Amino acid sequence: MTTTTPVTFDRRPDEYRHWRLHVDGEVAWLEMDVDEQGGLVPGYELKLNSYDLGVDIELYDATQRLRFEHPEVRVVVVTSAKDKVFCAGANIRMLAASEHHWKVNFCKFTNETRNGMEDATEHSGQTYVAAVNGTCAGGGYEIALACEKILLIDDNSSTVALPEVPLLGVLPGTGGLTRVVDKRRVRRDLADVFATRPDGVKGKTAVDWRLVDELVPRQGFREAVAKRAREIARESDRTGEGGIELTPLEHRYVDTDVTKDQVTITIKGPENDPGDLHEEGANGWFLAMTRELDDAILRLRTNEVEAGTWILKTQGDPEKVLAHEQAVFGAKDWLGNEITQYFKRTLKRLDVTSRSLIALIEPGSCFAGSLLELALAADRQYILDGPPIDDEDSDERATIRLSEANFGPFPMGNGLTRLQARFHGDDDHLAWLAREKDHELSAAEAVELGLVTDAPDDLDWEDEIRIALEGRASLSPDALTGLEANHRFVGPETIETKIFGRLAAWQNWIFTRPNASGPEGALRRYGTGQKAVFDRKRV
Amino acid sequence: MPEKIDYDAKIPNNVNLSEDRRLQRALEGWQPKFMHWWGEMGPTLETQGVYLRTAVSVGREGWAHFDHVNVPDYRWGIFLAERDPDRRIAFGEHKGEEVWQQVPGEYRADLQRLIVIQGDTEPASVEQQKLLGLTAPSLYDLRNLFQVNVEEGRHLWAMVYLLHAYFGREGRDEAEGLLLRNSGSPDAPRILGAFNEETADWLAFYMFTYFTDRDGKYQLGTLKESSFDPLSRTCEFMLKEEAHHMMVGTTGVDRVVTRSAELIREHDTLDIGPHGGIPLDIIQKYINFHYTVSLDLFGSETSTNAANYYTAGLKGRWQETRRKDDHKLTDDARTLEKPAADGTWTSEEMQAILLLNLDLRSEYVADCQTGVKRWNKILADAGVDHTFRLPHPGFNREVGINSGHHVTPDGTIVDEATWQAGKSKWLPTTEDLTFVRSLMHPVYERGKIASWVAPPRQGINGKPFDYEYVYLT
Repeated sequence: MTTTTPVTFDRRPDEYRHWRLHVDGEVAWLEMDVDEQGGLVPGYELKLNSYDLGVDIELYDATQRLRFEHPEVRVVVVTSAKDKVFCAGANIRMLAASEHHWKVNFCKFTNETRNGMEDATEHSGQTYVAAVNGTCAGGGYEIALACEKILLIDDNSSTVALPEVPLLGVLPGTGGLTRVVDKRRVRRDLADVFATRPDGVKGKTAVDWRLVDELVPRQGFREAVAKRAREIARESDRTGEGGIELTPLEHRYVDTDVTKDQVTITIKGPENDPGDLHEEGANGWFLAMTRELDDAILRLRTNEVEAGTWILKTQGDPEKVLAHEQAVFGAKDWLGNEITQYFKRTLKRLDVTSRSLIALIEPGSCFAGSLLELALAADRQYILDGPPIDDEDSDERATIRLSEANFGPFPMGNGLTRLQARFHGDDDHLAWLAREKDHELSAAEAVELGLVTDAPDDLDWEDEIRIALEGRASLSPDALTGLEANHRFVGPETIETKIFGRLAAWQNWIFTRPNASGPEGALRRYGTGQKAVFDRKRV
Repeated sequence: MPEKIDYDAKIPNNVNLSEDRRLQRALEGWQPKFMHWWGEMGPTLETQGVYLRTAVSVGREGWAHFDHVNVPDYRWGIFLAERDPDRRIAFGEHKGEEVWQQVPGEYRADLQRLIVIQGDTEPASVEQQKLLGLTAPSLYDLRNLFQVNVEEGRHLWAMVYLLHAYFGREGRDEAEGLLLRNSGSPDAPRILGAFNEETADWLAFYMFTYFTDRDGKYQLGTLKESSFDPLSRTCEFMLKEEAHHMMVGTTGVDRVVTRSAELIREHDTLDIGPHGGIPLDIIQKYINFHYTVSLDLFGSETSTNAANYYTAGLKGRWQETRRKDDHKLTDDARTLEKPAADGTWTSEEMQAILLLNLDLRSEYVADCQTGVKRWNKILADAGVDHTFRLPHPGFNREVGINSGHHVTPDGTIVDEATWQAGKSKWLPTTEDLTFVRSLMHPVYERGKIASWVAPPRQGINGKPFDYEYVYLT
């Protein structure tokens, strides 16, 4: 299933179709109330609070607004506005009818949103609590799993379930399997029983197995949840007031130029010196640039599926970039923290994007500090060692700069900085790099420090880059996706790397196998009343 | 060493209970919980003996034994219809194979769910009818209430037996859960909505036993077709008992209509409320309510669950073996009438297998119609110019394609305002309910009956109406 009109990610709470967000002091309520007829693409009904990309885009918007617009909110209660149904997960008819790339992109985005909820709990003191008020299956339980606490209604019939394997022949792909054992530390044998039974687990057993944290009586459920939420709010260290409004995007700092095979993303540095972070709000360069970049990544991933190479460029004054970076780091308050965390998540989105990422560092660019992270996120970096191509008399040269931004605040999903990942296990080299921060690095120095792949001169530049890009475009996109994903994440495994690497890779494989998506596969047959026919050979 | 208990005596059964130690232990653990539940949630009225039918064997003849029984001492037992050793699976992808004597692992969860949902309805009606004994219109009716109640209790035992015997520890947990949920409980309500509605008066009881128990008949009918033979045999025997409940409903409404017709003739007015009768328009509103709530029990018109159950062989169609088709339904089509946004009815052709709930509901609707005909004949014979009607299946629905639409009893799709304006004409109002309740005075004298209902034409087991069906303190 693909749309003919491009998908946008702009949403506003007063225009949500599927969620209700209301803030009650330090507790926010995020209630899922999916409009059955409100699918993003025609052809399926969103029954039982099941979701598609459109539903999840609103959820993402809500989580972002809670962080920036509501610094006073310490606890977010995720629940359902429907009686007896929390959420039935991703809509199966949508999945069954979707093309492979749509399914994968959808899963990736939903995973990122759920990781974002955990990130809010961990790094912003905004704790997510799931108030499961009824049937909670598959992706519904995965939403709950992304919360810090899961409260389950104790009505003697509501269950939590991960029925993907028995019912659909696929995996709970939005972190379900991983979070059950890694995050909630459910014993693996019990997790195995849980994930192979279609009917799920209820009540005391769900608590005993650690699938949920607490049971809450049906009568007075809401009040009890509210009470619990206020208790949890007291434990939070989040402080702040004067949230800033996330105004509609203006596309001032991020340009995207799409051709058939490739996309050029140009990030423009700030024009002015930083002002007051709070006064500038959503207009401040760092936040505006991050929002635009985030939006660009999402739109390009969803709408431009054949443009397999993304070229990353910057334009502007490195000094001003570093000044704005300092304003954010130096703020030492909730807003500075939120902007930092948001840029971190946006870089992570880039890390898990299944496109070849090539950074081109040219004269007039501003790959400094935070923006250098973009280059470090890329699969290859080329720096022009010479004058600008269109002005050979110019003295201007391409440079890069390391700053404290490259040594900690923006870790990847594996918990390492991009430099740590690039020089994995080479502590001496990292120490050397640390001594080289806060000054300009020429093309030659960048090569010497191992920060770029190559530094062609002005005579070779155009040909070298053209050949590199054309060569790239001729390779199998599937093989490239596998290659890049393996190289990007070195070192330790985390829940995130497992979800995006291991779990997503298995799911991709399963999605294309006949047992799931063949004409008689479980995903295709779901809802027809006919049973799947499995090829019984284990591979 | 504890003394060996003779379970054949304690729990009448034909499932060889005395030789199944595991099952004995399970039922032994459950029985006191059941008795506790009965004590808490069973009939409020204390009696010294009720003339009850007790199943003593499952054979074609003489399976029922009548005697005065102290209600809590009723011998709830486990009876399965006799086994047909040649029975084969009649439908779905396993058609033609031998029926299953054990639960196939593949279908464990689905079968358990089906049995739990069926089981959950059985004690629910007892709970809903808990207070009715206090206002029975005659000893005969009081006796029937208890008969229905003890048999619903036994039907619970039947489902619990299956859970205990075939579903291991989880089955035992679910069996206990059946006693932990309670009708209308704010904390742990019954699974299906209709079983959380109040049965506040005897007209509602007759309507419930006519319409809602009839749904039970059709649900049991589909489970009787199940490839899981113990479930099939259990349901077959339950259907025999269920027939009596529907007799209570059918004749109950008959008698109310008869009495109303008499009062209309006697006083030459339809406004018989002041004369102690139930006006025909209130009866119609009760029909409208109970019929539509019962339609909800059939679930959504289109159901992939029902289709999956059918393909797997877990739940068949009504009288599956008499149907003349391939019993697989993968290539058949059927039409579904749907309300459209513009207020018209449209139809859509769909795979028959996705419309099995509709198929069952259609059988049910036709059956309900026979009752309405009976009641109209009573009116016609009495010379009363009035007819009852079943409302359109889209009327007052909370489940399926019609939920979210406003459909009048005659099938017109209207807007919210029109619906709200008409509601008091179509469904019982608080005033209607209060009025009916005001007529509900107990009549416990032998041979006497309340003002609003006619005596039955026949008593129970050949006994006259004025027989002392219930010994009261």
